[in-house]
Amino acid sequence: MANTQAMCTSFLGELLTATHNFGTAPTRGSGAADTFKAALYLATATIDASTTAYTSTGEVTSANYTAGGVAVTNATAPQSTNTSATAGTAYWTPSASIVYGSVGSPVTFASFDCVLIYNSTQSDKAVSVHTFTAQTVTSGTFTLTMPTNNTTNALLRLSTT
Amino acid sequence: MLVMTTKGEMDEALLEKKTGTIDNENETINWVEYWLEDELVHRSVDMVLKKYTVSGLPVAASF
Repeated sequence: MANTQAMCTSFLGELLTATHNFGTAPTRGSGAADTFKAALYLATATIDASTTAYTSTGEVTSANYTAGGVAVTNATAPQSTNTSATAGTAYWTPSASIVYGSVGSPVTFASFDCVLIYNSTQSDKAVSVHTFTAQTVTSGTFTLTMPTNNTTNALLRLSTT
Repeated sequence: MLVMTTKGEMDEALLEKKTGTIDNENETINWVEYWLEDELVHRSVDMVLKKYTVSGLPVAASF
């Protein structure tokens, strides 16, 4: 047997569930999962790693689209998997596609290429920015189907090597 | 079949339908458009995300 320096993979997963607090954290009313939302941004917007919270600046606008976007379905808790004695990955993916508009309530978006995932329970604090090939929508719908929820494809991944 | 358009619901038979696919490393995009003569009156997009390079790699390097 031998010991191996590593950041524990369980810790990575617990970061995604706010189990650890090294500083001053928001006071939580319950242990329930927060509500996360997905907002779309125009291709002309500037949303990146420096984004700290949801902003309406640069967000798409349309009938049948409410500023702030839509709630993300979160029925699958974060998971973590060891890949070796020194490495592992924690990951999470929304458990359903994110859909904007419907047949009866279509949306029209100018060129957009970005979705911001943010925590609407915790003062709209930003989580992640995902860009894609710019698209437009005209009196239609936009469906964002999530990647496979695993260590290599999940929407959010925290890894050690 | 009725299609929601910029002019309200229209019979699909009255419109020209165009479809396309964009496939790259990050996503597969399927789009459908309906045209009334030279005017785009409907466009919907179905995007399947494959994998994102957004991650916390490698956090262990901070030791």
